Amino acid sequence: MTIPLLTAPPGSAPVLRAVDLTRSYGKGQARFDALKGVTLDVRRGESLAIVGRSGSGKSTLMHLLALLDRPDAGRIEVDGGDVSRAAAREINTLRNQRFGFVFQQFFLTAGQTVLENVSLPLMIAGVPPRERKRRALATLDLLGLADKAGNKATDLSGGQKQRVVIARALVNEPDVIFADEPTGNLDTVTGHQVEDILFGLQRDRGITLVVVTHDEELAERCDRRITIADGLLVGRADAAPSVVTDGADR
Amino acid sequence: MRTTDIVRSATRNAFRSKLRTTLTVLSLFVGAFTLTLTTALGAGVSDYVTKQVSSLSTGDVLLVSPAASTDTTEGPNEYDPNGRQQSSQANPLGAGTLLNDDDLAAIAAIDGVDRVDPIRQVSVDWIAAPGSDDPAKFELSVNPTSSIGRSDLAAGEQLDQQADEAQLILPEDYLDALGFASADEAIGQSVELGYTAADRTEQVAEATIVGVARASLLASGAGANQQLTAEIADAQAVPGQPDAYAIAVAYLTGSGADGAVTDADVTVVKAGLADADLAGQTVEDQLGVIQTVINGIIGVLTAFSIVALVAASFGIVNTLLMSVQERTREIGLMKAMGMSNGRVFGLFSLEAVVIGFLGAGLGALAAIGLGSAISSVAAAGPLADLPGLTLLLFDPVSVAVVILVIMLVAFLSGVLPARRAARQDPIESLRYE
Repeated sequence: MTIPLLTAPPGSAPVLRAVDLTRSYGKGQARFDALKGVTLDVRRGESLAIVGRSGSGKSTLMHLLALLDRPDAGRIEVDGGDVSRAAAREINTLRNQRFGFVFQQFFLTAGQTVLENVSLPLMIAGVPPRERKRRALATLDLLGLADKAGNKATDLSGGQKQRVVIARALVNEPDVIFADEPTGNLDTVTGHQVEDILFGLQRDRGITLVVVTHDEELAERCDRRITIADGLLVGRADAAPSVVTDGADR
Repeated sequence: MRTTDIVRSATRNAFRSKLRTTLTVLSLFVGAFTLTLTTALGAGVSDYVTKQVSSLSTGDVLLVSPAASTDTTEGPNEYDPNGRQQSSQANPLGAGTLLNDDDLAAIAAIDGVDRVDPIRQVSVDWIAAPGSDDPAKFELSVNPTSSIGRSDLAAGEQLDQQADEAQLILPEDYLDALGFASADEAIGQSVELGYTAADRTEQVAEATIVGVARASLLASGAGANQQLTAEIADAQAVPGQPDAYAIAVAYLTGSGADGAVTDADVTVVKAGLADADLAGQTVEDQLGVIQTVINGIIGVLTAFSIVALVAASFGIVNTLLMSVQERTREIGLMKAMGMSNGRVFGLFSLEAVVIGFLGAGLGALAAIGLGSAISSVAAAGPLADLPGLTLLLFDPVSVAVVILVIMLVAFLSGVLPARRAARQDPIESLRYE
């Protein structure tokens, strides 16, 4: 099976492009326009912060970019290819192979070991068990959790759990990691450690990072930030040159 | 996701909430247990009746009796001096009306009938081993239908109805009494049968034992061939009275391969008999009534176990709905990571199938264990007089069918919860604001 979108060579096109996205929920009186026309490029290898208040539409924008949801109007391009009309199967494969997710809550399966939790995307991809174990262990090792592989996921501390979640997002070697309030559930020190890991991955492996947050400090560390208010893109700002990584220029 | 991974995950998920799964499995267990037992009971009894039918029937005979009179509208029947006689005594085989020689001739004239033998009821007073002047005598009853069928033989051969010698098939329990060490030793020996003739004189007939028969539910007493019954019946017939018979046996000529009698042959002869105001029944027809009653009882028992299964299936729906509810986040996460709706559906419906398999497998195993114990106890105790009867017959195919049916029921119960899981919106599932 060849999916053109997966094999397309990374050219000059942005890794993700949103064109005039609108999305509303409900009907009639209860209708709520979450996004009212947002156009945005996400460049390969950059770190992008999407900031805004609760209910501004920033989460909706991330869901659309991550292909978890479909826009009412407008289109999403991945590597320059329109995926608005792609089949569900194709989009599932795309998410599985190219995207990684880090959520505010850990969503680790309680009864399973750390290794099994990390292997989940590989299992969904249909990777054979032996290969799955090898890659999951390698990823855990990268995040300094190799010795916890056999532990139950529930036996870990908050910071360790979030590192497991990052390992899970990383195990399928994605191009883009979507992080929705990745430090929201962590204390300041642990939060900083997790941020360091994420930005380290972006810097060292060229992984594009899309972070949804209302944490000013975290947004400051990103190459670029956009502000969403009432379903519209109201501000773009590039960070100070000192924090811009090489990735943004690639 | 690989199919093996789905099966493994589904199995593990089924055991995630052990108490809940155990209780659901138990409710299925009850259904599987009763269904397996009733199926085995039905198979056991049917198998026994079928064996009896084949032991009784040679397959090429019809029992002929006068047709039951349905003529009720035209007042009293006119007297016909050459008509049939009424029986003066109750007869288990036929109606009150007896066949006469005209009827026998009519039967013999029907196309497809090879020959016809009347069944004459004879009464034998005693049987004794020959050789001494004053041997021990034992009561004996002769099975009137022995001339039409076969016996379940322990030794020897079936009766030869056309033989010139008087032949007897001896019930197994007479062996000791008559001084035979084994069934094989009795074959070919002659015995004396004492009877009372019509003129109240004591008579003795000699007969050769050609076979030794096991006891049977449907045929009891000794078997006598046509030669022997004719000899006794002639002596017992009231002088001057025309011959009358409760029932006659029509031997059919077969049109099938090797002269086998086909269903079509039987149908043709039955129609011919009906034209002659006679009714013909095969042995299977007569035993069919027994089979129908047994099937009715088994049917009721099966209905009960199906009610239990229906109740259990609601249990599965409930269990899985709770499971889907609890794992909303997990489902959302898996879907976000690219798991297709079909795979999510497969994961949950397979979990139902696993629960179904557990309940069905354990229930069937328990039923086989307990049923075999009951069967052997019954065979040694209350049913010892019916050799060949296995009360509960566990056929691997029907046990497998029961398990598969229950797994199917479980799968169907899992469809609703699995659909709910498959249709979950990952964004809704992962919302935490």
